[in-house]
Amino acid sequence: MADITNQSLNEIIENVKTKKVSSSELTKAYIKNIEGAKKLNAFVTTTFDQALDKSKKFDNKPNFDQLLPGIPLAVKDLFCTENTKTTAGSNILNNFIPSYESTVTKNLWDNGSFLLGKLNCDEFAMGSSNETSYYGNVINPVGDQLVPGGSSGGSSSALAADLTPATIGTDTGGSIRQPASFTGTVGLKPTYGLCSRWGIVAFASSLDQAGPMTKTIKDCAIMLEAMSGFDEKDSTSINKKKEQYSKNLKDNIKGLKIGIPKEYRVDNMPKEVDELWEKGKKILKDLGAQLIDISLPHTKYALPTYYIVAPAEASSNLARYDGVRYGYRSKQGKDLIEMYEKTRSEGFGDEVKRRILIGTYVLSSGYYDAYYLKAQKVRQLIKKDFDDSFKKIDAILTPSTPSSAFKIGEKTNDPVSMYLNDIFTVPVNLAGLPALSMPAGVDNQGHPLGLQLIGKALDEQKILNIGYAFEKNCGFNNEIKKWWS
Amino acid sequence: MSLDKEKIKHVAKLARISVDEAKVESLTKDLNSIFKFIEQLNELNTDKVEPLTSILNQSLRSRKDDISDGKIREKILKNSPKENEEFFVVPKVVE
Repeated sequence: MADITNQSLNEIIENVKTKKVSSSELTKAYIKNIEGAKKLNAFVTTTFDQALDKSKKFDNKPNFDQLLPGIPLAVKDLFCTENTKTTAGSNILNNFIPSYESTVTKNLWDNGSFLLGKLNCDEFAMGSSNETSYYGNVINPVGDQLVPGGSSGGSSSALAADLTPATIGTDTGGSIRQPASFTGTVGLKPTYGLCSRWGIVAFASSLDQAGPMTKTIKDCAIMLEAMSGFDEKDSTSINKKKEQYSKNLKDNIKGLKIGIPKEYRVDNMPKEVDELWEKGKKILKDLGAQLIDISLPHTKYALPTYYIVAPAEASSNLARYDGVRYGYRSKQGKDLIEMYEKTRSEGFGDEVKRRILIGTYVLSSGYYDAYYLKAQKVRQLIKKDFDDSFKKIDAILTPSTPSSAFKIGEKTNDPVSMYLNDIFTVPVNLAGLPALSMPAGVDNQGHPLGLQLIGKALDEQKILNIGYAFEKNCGFNNEIKKWWS
Repeated sequence: MSLDKEKIKHVAKLARISVDEAKVESLTKDLNSIFKFIEQLNELNTDKVEPLTSILNQSLRSRKDDISDGKIREKILKNSPKENEEFFVVPKVVE
């Protein structure tokens, strides 16, 4: 058959179920693509032998009733995988081989899929361009000078380049949605608590959520269904009945009320972003949705709040990397304290160190009230903005990012300009809400741009439905020339 | 407020990260620009606002106080940079 790897996950599953392709053939096709795409640097580790073995086992004894029958998947290297190295993009975990499996990856494997490899990411998921990884920059398949977004940059790059049929990432401030927007793919950050955080290398525990990254909305629904669910090992996991997102996907959005927040703009925003937002509004209106102007007045304070809360939680979470129990240990240091200091200095990269220092400072004696407590109060105001708006609307439509993918090296010397990339994605994490980034068009350089749909807590089905209707009427076609192979 | 080099060295000490003297200058510059950005929050009066401590409408569950994963010493020691058969080994702490 024609190249199966450029099909959607849903189409591939149908082809496996109707025996047009076997799991082994599928796996071999992806391995071939991955071997020819080393220039993209999307993978930290590959598990080809294991994947081929699993695919053969599936073909010998297929179970087509599963959600992901015989499907090979690569995942972000932030998910602990049993007996497979898990680095979080950091030198400090360069030799870490977990003896346990994260709950979300286990859920994927229990639904019939298996691991193809581990995908590069910003170190400890701290970054918006995949330029902070110890394992090098990842390249965006859209163009050889472009970043793939971050922190799930290996995931977005691998997906857009047909190196995995779907993938999963994590999103603390936009790390799924911004790379999805930069590569013309779909990314969903679920409601806080919908997907278990157990076994995911922690960054900021009150913000971190795992979610799917896919080529289509339908694929996104399938992956979310497979990975989500209650987990007693995560104390913030929501105990509720499992949803059948893909079965319940509907494209009728007539009568839904879509909020348009006036604050989602930045100075010097390219006019294409505005035009695309207008296009999105028109598509939804033509489909029978009602557009309602809303105000989220504390939006501009979301990023400053995030850069207190996230580093504070990170400084506490990353205290565990001390060179004693696992991970890298410096050969230098005459005593225990010096061993800690050298280990952490050599093991962490510059951005991670910067954030640990910010976090340590804002939590330190005498500064807690001025920074951390203040941020927690503003976080309340940001959440209240959303709560008030959602009394009168079903979902919110915004641009995903203030620009398309930027050039490698363009923002690395100015941390604040890098942080500003997440200005439209961060508020959602602070409020714990679900949000979807879907491809909507391209800018004047032909680089993809996404629109974001924000839902009420646990309203994933509704934003997927709106996205599904939008996708059918948007006419976006992600044409990526395979320049790397 | 602005952070000076001494303050940054003190915070680095608290965070147990040794900072290269040559890098203190650029680190100071970066952190000050970040704090300038963060301090926009001071424009807001939050005297009457309760801090948000949980975004979930549920309280954290506690598990039963049962031992559920004992006898995995080998697994736990497996990733250690230095261990003997039963313990993590660190540089000498007590003379």
